[in-house]
Amino acid sequence: MTREELQNSLPDLAPGATFEEGGEWLNMNVTAESWKAVSHALKFTAGFDFDYLFCLTCVDWKTHLTMVYHLTSTTHRHNMVVKIKLDRTKPEVETVCDTWRTAEFHEREVFELFGVVFLNHPDLRNLILPDVWDGFPLRKDYEDPINMIKL
Amino acid sequence: MIEEVATTEQGDLVINIGPQHPATHGVLHLVITLNGETIKKVEPHLGYIHRSIEKMCESLSYRQFIYVTSRMDYLSSHINNHACAMLVEKGMQIEIPERAQYIRVIMDELTRIASHQLWWGAMGMDIGAFTPFFLAFREREMINSIMEETCGARLTMNYMVPGGVMADIHPNFCRTVKEFITHFKSKIDEYDTLLTGNVIFQNRMKGVGILSKEDAISFGCSGPVARASGVKCDIRKLYPYEVYDKVNFEEILATEGDSFARYNVRLLEMRESMRIIEQLIDNIPEGDIQAKTKAVLKLPKGEFYTRIETARGEFGIYVVSEGGTTPYRIKFRSPGFSNLSALDHMVRGQKLGDMVAIMGTLDLVIPDIDR
Repeated sequence: MTREELQNSLPDLAPGATFEEGGEWLNMNVTAESWKAVSHALKFTAGFDFDYLFCLTCVDWKTHLTMVYHLTSTTHRHNMVVKIKLDRTKPEVETVCDTWRTAEFHEREVFELFGVVFLNHPDLRNLILPDVWDGFPLRKDYEDPINMIKL
Repeated sequence: MIEEVATTEQGDLVINIGPQHPATHGVLHLVITLNGETIKKVEPHLGYIHRSIEKMCESLSYRQFIYVTSRMDYLSSHINNHACAMLVEKGMQIEIPERAQYIRVIMDELTRIASHQLWWGAMGMDIGAFTPFFLAFREREMINSIMEETCGARLTMNYMVPGGVMADIHPNFCRTVKEFITHFKSKIDEYDTLLTGNVIFQNRMKGVGILSKEDAISFGCSGPVARASGVKCDIRKLYPYEVYDKVNFEEILATEGDSFARYNVRLLEMRESMRIIEQLIDNIPEGDIQAKTKAVLKLPKGEFYTRIETARGEFGIYVVSEGGTTPYRIKFRSPGFSNLSALDHMVRGQKLGDMVAIMGTLDLVIPDIDR
């Protein structure tokens, strides 16, 4: 599907979703509450088949956090980006690792570096950092006087 | 190498492999739960060489951040640099001269061959064959010399700049590359005779660590790992960049999805890379090697994503720009990280000795995973 076709047909799968102008691929904003159902629909609805999650990350905007999911379909070869705005003090979103299994690793990485809690994740522990670590290194306000080199 | 032995309540044995272990090809730490010799679970523990390159890049300019990425996947450092240069060119809409495109692609393919050669040698050593390692390094040395002549470095080349390449190729470049291709064509047959057809080797590799097509897609695998399971994922074919749409080459696919299929895909990819180089090396056009760029690069406000096919798979860079001279947020999608996420699924139910063969064919480079 082309970008316009996706934009026209996606509101059926994700009610209340908003779309952003610009960018290389279609950007869709959904709420954290609806993400579980939407992710399932994106992967398993015929015609969409977004079965390949190739990038999962988070951006700290100082006022809020944004989860960013890059999806593609290996059958139709269309791409899209899903974004979820999260509260910075209590960021919580449902896990998608039962839909795309690679998310289990990526979510653990985001959990420790950004502090986003993924609900119903089977094994939400630190993957990279030691078990005891204060703060979330990739957040903008993180300070480490010893290890951080400021240029 | 076994640091600590413990048992679970069910009587399963828990052992640690790594972080210092030759089979993990770097500082990867695996906690393995065993029932007898059968693996029940593998938990990778990462972070022993995590440098937080993503955080570092937030304070580096768009000319500087290229050089940090050489230190991620050091075996495809040139291709990583290429991805960074492409990202800046995409954001600022810089057209690069054709000569630079040709040089970039030839260098990319040389890097891919060198990376696969090292993997081939290490793969043999993982299973207990020592000779391949020496043979692979003999041929790899030729590529390193070619790189050294033109780029000045052997491993972390840093030859790419936004807009083209840093310097023109050495006058000997075309001749040495052609000599290498002729030499390597006879040697790669030797590789096949030595290892591929070996019955002991085949018995260790066939039917081991099977990854189905659905699982490969779900785990986000890319590169030879996914192609051995039948997933078409070659970025050079799907989203051609530079001059890849002008050359003839095959995307190597296999359907078995076992360790031997992954082995074969890489060996055949080396031959395809040679084919690409052969088509380009005589036709490098004359002209500039760099487009004219501003002294200070600023990406417009917005989000950019580029992807490129490294030796290990799809390498992506996601950049959020606020319009300044440094990226606001940068994320490297490294192929090794996604491929590693499939390890636990692949080794469950296999024997401990087979895990080494499976990990070898995943071709993990730990700095790429840890970033």
